[in-house]
Amino acid sequence: MQDGRRSLGYYLLAGFFGLYVLFLYGPTLTIAVLSFQGPDGGLTFPMNGMSLHWFRNLFARQAVGDFGGSLRRSLALGAIVMGLTVTFSVAAGLAFRRRFRGATLLFTLAVASLIVPSILVSLGIGLLFNLLGFEPAWYSSALGAHLTWTLPFGLLIMLAVFNRFNPFYEEAARDLGATSWQCFRHVVLPIIAPSVIGIALFGFTLSYDEFARTLMTAGSFNTLPLEIYGMTTNITTPVLYALGTLTTVFSFLVIGTSLGAVLLLRRRRARLGNDAGKGV
Amino acid sequence: MTDAPLHRPSTGRTITGQANPGAVVGAGQPGTGIARDPRRLPPGAGGRLGGNPVGPYLQVAPMALTFALFLVLPILAIVVVSFWDYDSVRVIPDFLGTNYSELLFSSVTWRIYLNTVKFAVLTWALTLGIGFTVAYFVAFQVRSATSQMVLFLVCTVPFWTSNVIRMISWIPFLGRNGLLNSVLLKLGVVHQPLEFLLFSDFAVVLALVHINTVFMVVPIFNSMARIDRALIEAARDAGANSFQILLNVVIPLCRSGIAIGSIFVVTLVMGDFITVRLMSGGQSASVGLMMANQISLLQYPAAAANAVVLLVIVLIMVTAMLRIVDIRKDL
Repeated sequence: MQDGRRSLGYYLLAGFFGLYVLFLYGPTLTIAVLSFQGPDGGLTFPMNGMSLHWFRNLFARQAVGDFGGSLRRSLALGAIVMGLTVTFSVAAGLAFRRRFRGATLLFTLAVASLIVPSILVSLGIGLLFNLLGFEPAWYSSALGAHLTWTLPFGLLIMLAVFNRFNPFYEEAARDLGATSWQCFRHVVLPIIAPSVIGIALFGFTLSYDEFARTLMTAGSFNTLPLEIYGMTTNITTPVLYALGTLTTVFSFLVIGTSLGAVLLLRRRRARLGNDAGKGV
Repeated sequence: MTDAPLHRPSTGRTITGQANPGAVVGAGQPGTGIARDPRRLPPGAGGRLGGNPVGPYLQVAPMALTFALFLVLPILAIVVVSFWDYDSVRVIPDFLGTNYSELLFSSVTWRIYLNTVKFAVLTWALTLGIGFTVAYFVAFQVRSATSQMVLFLVCTVPFWTSNVIRMISWIPFLGRNGLLNSVLLKLGVVHQPLEFLLFSDFAVVLALVHINTVFMVVPIFNSMARIDRALIEAARDAGANSFQILLNVVIPLCRSGIAIGSIFVVTLVMGDFITVRLMSGGQSASVGLMMANQISLLQYPAAAANAVVLLVIVLIMVTAMLRIVDIRKDL
């Protein structure tokens, strides 16, 4: 791999990689194509004409249970989970740079939260609410259930970031008279901004797509993944694919926007961040 | 308020101080285990650092509270309820061992647990093989950093999309009249559609691999990216061929990535029920599915006992795997 020409191994591995990508995206592309089935089309090929019939069908209320409502709830829940995940993770990340009692315990809890099976969290929170006499709802019990999944990712990302963080920038700012808050706002935050966007991406998408943790905690109103799951058992038309395609497109938009923002921040930093020797 | 490490350079235990050499050295120190956390904090150390001593506590409070309310308390609730009694409509507070004895002395339970372990082992082996190969290609065979980044993202983007939809996506592919069967029929490879493709153990493992390989790719790639390329060059200069380098240099240095990936995959598969339900079409069972069924029958104490047993098994598996890796250090 060090010399100029590609070896046979390279082409074999490249072929393997290509197959893996096909495996990864092939099925999703298949249902994307099938969601454009004509009105008489079925769940499999061949295509029976091309139309937007099933997308229109999706928004016609009678076809799908409560698609609009579940989408709104999922979006709202995703946004709340995102905000809380970012805030809690950044704050905890800052704390972990100093010594405090219980740091190891909290870290262990975060790892435990990742490895405890989702259905267990779901059952536990459902039972707890039941025992305490609270009514489970997407904005209370499901919110907590989602946070147990997103916060560990947020904390681990922050720990990874601060493991590689050079404190000399802060020292410099402090020497120039910056307060703690100014130091955080104008020095630390811009440096960790790309990772913060990453945490936001995790927070939103993991919540938006979460199924198992919502199952017992959503209460009387479904979130979108629950609604989709319900559809798989009683809907046998391509409207299911139309919904799948739309949600996936939406996920891709969110991911694309986040990655775009990260790239933009990186580029801006590369342009503005280093003016050494430029006489600025 | 984050100035603490700056004022104590002499201890050598500052955050950056122990993290920077970790790039290569950290990956190369086997068997350190989780017990040796270099940032384990001696009690009462906070006060010496200057700044507001309550600061860190306020900063971690929201996260700690969330875990206490939505992780610790719910697990306690499960443990408590697992000893309760129930009939067809309600649960009755009690202290009984019957939920456990009914669970542990039933051959159905054992079959289902074994089946779940089978799924976990198969998925683990396949995701490890695929994930390692994919990560190896991107980390060592792709030369430009930009292409590496792009290919890495191509592998990770589906992680942020809906699992349920990704499972449904296999239906037109694997079904009786699906894409694969029509191609095979047309090519004359088979004379009637293959029935085992969808709604079978095959479909379950396929979907599990499809969804979980990303959990192998990311940590293994992360470990590989930190391997000092000079080590590989040194091995080559010393006469090692590519295979020997892979076996004696690369694999030992990414054992932490392999361990983290394995923990993710095994725990996710052990607790899975949605994949098994959707892809097996009721032909197969897993512990998670068994719990979900008990829950839907309102047999909460039985489900809770099941949950406790599952949790213990998962924790044993993870503890075994954690002996290989110190997660905190390898971030």
